[in-house]
Amino acid sequence: METVFKRTPTLKDSITHYCPGCGHGIAHRLIAEVIDELGIRGRTIGIAPVGCAVLAYDYLDVDMVEVAHGRAPAVATGMKRTNPDKIIFSYQGDGDLASIGAGEILHAAHRGEQITVIFINNAVYGMTGGQMAPTTVLGQVTATTPTGRQSTGQGYPLQVCELLAVLPGTIYIERCALSSPARVRKAKKAIKHAFELQVNGAQGLSLVELLSPCPTYWRMTPAEAMEWIENELTKVFPLGRLKNSVSRET
Amino acid sequence: MCGNEALAEAAIIAGCDAYFGYPITPQNEITAYMSKRMPEEGRVFVQSESELAAINMVFGASATGKRAMTTSSSPGISLMQEGISYLAGAELPAVVVNVMRGGPGLGNIAPSQGDYFQATRGGGHGDYRTIVLGPSSVQELVDCMPLAFDLADQYRMTVVVLADGILGQMMEPIVLNGSMSDKKVHPEPKNHILRGGSDRNKTKQSQADLWCGARRKLPPKDWTLTGAEGREQNIVRSLWLKEGVLEELNYKLQAKYKQIEKNEVLCEQYEVAAAEIVVVAYGVAARIVRSAVEKAREEGIKAGWLRPITLWPFPHEQVSCAAEDLKIFLTVELSCGQMVEDVKLAVAGKAPVLFYGRPGGGVPTVDEVLEKIRQLSIKHETKN
Repeated sequence: METVFKRTPTLKDSITHYCPGCGHGIAHRLIAEVIDELGIRGRTIGIAPVGCAVLAYDYLDVDMVEVAHGRAPAVATGMKRTNPDKIIFSYQGDGDLASIGAGEILHAAHRGEQITVIFINNAVYGMTGGQMAPTTVLGQVTATTPTGRQSTGQGYPLQVCELLAVLPGTIYIERCALSSPARVRKAKKAIKHAFELQVNGAQGLSLVELLSPCPTYWRMTPAEAMEWIENELTKVFPLGRLKNSVSRET
Repeated sequence: MCGNEALAEAAIIAGCDAYFGYPITPQNEITAYMSKRMPEEGRVFVQSESELAAINMVFGASATGKRAMTTSSSPGISLMQEGISYLAGAELPAVVVNVMRGGPGLGNIAPSQGDYFQATRGGGHGDYRTIVLGPSSVQELVDCMPLAFDLADQYRMTVVVLADGILGQMMEPIVLNGSMSDKKVHPEPKNHILRGGSDRNKTKQSQADLWCGARRKLPPKDWTLTGAEGREQNIVRSLWLKEGVLEELNYKLQAKYKQIEKNEVLCEQYEVAAAEIVVVAYGVAARIVRSAVEKAREEGIKAGWLRPITLWPFPHEQVSCAAEDLKIFLTVELSCGQMVEDVKLAVAGKAPVLFYGRPGGGVPTVDEVLEKIRQLSIKHETKN
């Protein structure tokens, strides 16, 4: 019988700790496939965030480091500057990147660090129990917005891609979603492009945002969560390539 | 060359691959110096967006096996404590220089020794230690840099060089890489008790051996993140959720700290054995004390001094030995009294321990310390 799909070698054969319907597993697989397709496992170093994906090294079979909450872009800077031949990527959630680490991602982008950032946006804090994230949409009920997020006092959902795309230090910014097979294929293309840019020595930071389901803290079934991404989340976080400028102004 | 620039050049000579820093007075000369010299050497310099980022850049470079350092002054070092705790948890080597200034808060930019507690007690969250070196001259600032990098690599931990605004700003003649070219390997480090004063020639000899000659045989860095080509993945982490694993890690760290306490204590002392009054001070305060003790001795007062060079591990044994005879201890600091607590722990009630210090950028004068010694001398005589 012909094998039409199998686990890619860089994705470890481990039992998942993620909830049913979670998007992290899909994102991990896409990264592993891209690493194998580009043949860069032997020179790739990954950075795990604080959040549900803190154990990313249990799934991705590359050298990995686990760092303080939000500081991944600073750690990546230290790694890439001292090891320009290595491929450095950070994997960060919305609390990690858009809240506590907003300063670090902004300045790594601003300096044009040659790193690849995979940004998982599920509009909620997963690991700590479903609290409001900077990307929580208006009206969304979370553990710390029991009556739904209000713009007054709690602010508007933070659009990271739009914020970073205007910086000359970024070369590639794209927002994708993990809500359907077609979207997942598109997300993989984006991730691959972001890694390829670094492999080719492009001068600047690349970031792919992935709208990712969290059925547990959205209080939905996995199927409903996918629909919510399509029908609601993409309205606040429009999908698409916000920036692709390989040669950055110097 | 001021102390700040001298220590920067010494770090380069010691093989610092990467420097990350954020400007703060009174150590701005280091950042400026590194911005010029590191690129000249083909090494890495990054002016970070904050001290938080600087220490995490050190974390990243160190995780790949590079020798990395950052420098700052008191408020900036506070911001780095999160990173220093993570470095301890992940067992990563790092060198952090704190050119202390007055606090708390924004404080001022005058010299201080107010960060002794923070440096010697770990500083961040969790059960951990950092090795703390307290140089007292520009030459010692220079000489302690190779030692700091070696200790960091040997024990896979943070080494803090605790300087202050005076040391950072002052100029003194120095030999930059005198005995560095002679890289002796000392496989078994031993405790050093350095003696000063009357034995000056010997002191110089042992200082050179201590700081510069004692290059160590360092363990291989087989744990680093270099890309898992042809091997299993390496993971650098500080999260251990499984029951008992973190407890084991902590015991392992404590065993390492015990080794350091046994092998790496450094202190210098002068006429302690015959002294009735022993003045304990480190860093720039020790220089003031040295002059005050010299003057006191000219007046016939039996005084000596003891200078911890490693602030952690603290020279407990040396202080404890000195307390066996009937003596009075006076600790002098540029603070309201921090190291004095370690002196008290070491003396363990065997002798009175007094304190004189000035906080918030105040610097005790030789005459102030001398007056204190005179008062204690009268007390000592009355008592006997």
